[in-house]
Amino acid sequence: MVHPTSMDEALAGLSEGVVPLAGGTDLMVEVNFGHTHPENVIGLRRVAELKEWEGVRIGAGVNWRRIEREGPKALAQAARTVGSPQIRNAGTIGGNVGTASPAGDGHPFLAAVDASIELVSVGGTRVVPWSEFFVGVKKTARRSDELIAAIRLPDVLPERHEFGKIGVRNAMVIATVNCVVTRDDQRRVTVGLGSVGPTPIRARDAEEMISAATMPTEADLAEFQRLVAEGVSPITDHRSTEEYRRHGAGVLARRLLERCLR
Amino acid sequence: MIVSFEVNGEQVTARMTHPGSLLDMLRDDLGLPGSKSACEQGECGSCSVILDGELVCSCLVMAADVEGSSIITVEGVAPRDALHPVQDALLDAGAVQCGFCTPGIVVAAVDLFANNPSPSVSEIKEALAGNICRCTGYGAILRALEGVARGDDS
Repeated sequence: MVHPTSMDEALAGLSEGVVPLAGGTDLMVEVNFGHTHPENVIGLRRVAELKEWEGVRIGAGVNWRRIEREGPKALAQAARTVGSPQIRNAGTIGGNVGTASPAGDGHPFLAAVDASIELVSVGGTRVVPWSEFFVGVKKTARRSDELIAAIRLPDVLPERHEFGKIGVRNAMVIATVNCVVTRDDQRRVTVGLGSVGPTPIRARDAEEMISAATMPTEADLAEFQRLVAEGVSPITDHRSTEEYRRHGAGVLARRLLERCLR
Repeated sequence: MIVSFEVNGEQVTARMTHPGSLLDMLRDDLGLPGSKSACEQGECGSCSVILDGELVCSCLVMAADVEGSSIITVEGVAPRDALHPVQDALLDAGAVQCGFCTPGIVVAAVDLFANNPSPSVSEIKEALAGNICRCTGYGAILRALEGVARGDDS
């Protein structure tokens, strides 16, 4: 294991088969259960650049504890639901997108505001939109010679944005459905959803329908909820069923939209 | 590889042969079995330690990644032969049933009071959200920690 202290040093140590380690909250579970036995690990905890947070560029090594305190509203709300205090101290936003769990609590916000992921290699930097970064269950567009350097949010965030999560308890829970709804001053609505497909998704039909409504009526909200539920593609697994997730996605998105409308 | 770091104020050196956890190294190689091994996935909090000033689950820290770090385990929250006020309060409140979760609860509570000397009940609950007591003895634990928050003499 190597412990680089700068980005240049970290990138120089990267190659096929080298496993980047951030907070360890995902990787170490795999190690503890014998699912992986990484021989070559690059510890990123000491890379100062990764902890830099300047405006809309959040360093990949910024932990959930800090996002909970300093992040934009819906991302801070999401941060507060990540694991426990112990997990929020260790876990980072870069690790969250790098693991690319379908249930990642940071993902709905990134989808809803159209964030990008900054990938860096010795050869240079490329900025990949979230929709191209997440390519499948625990699969991303990151090449083995690249590190996730930062999350880039748009310069201007929508005026209103709210995060919500359905799970079996308040703390220490992996989402059954998680969602961010945004609404800007032009009344445009976006809906980012997690845990209802292999990657985070947007509920485009619902967005289009509700963005056309100047002052959404009860009937509009009901139609919005229906379109969100129709637009997701969840599965049944040990945490929930396809039907419940579909229903939950619609209900959750509608409630978050109602909060944005208040 | 060789890892050098500080545990409870003492400099230690351990030989690492696998990508194992800090928890296993503390218990098996360093003679510090206070941190408990249960879920090994960060769910239960019984292995909580303070790593470079932050409360973490030691089962989720790669042992080789603590090079140069400073760690406080439950063995080090108070001077030898003394108890931390949190420990006193838990004893007085009878807040220890089987005792398995207690070390993690102690470390999480010590971390809480270090950062927030008079937390509200909801702040105490939130600070302990990552620590599971399988005996479900949360009532007595909360009463003990509320006493510490009020500054009760134990």
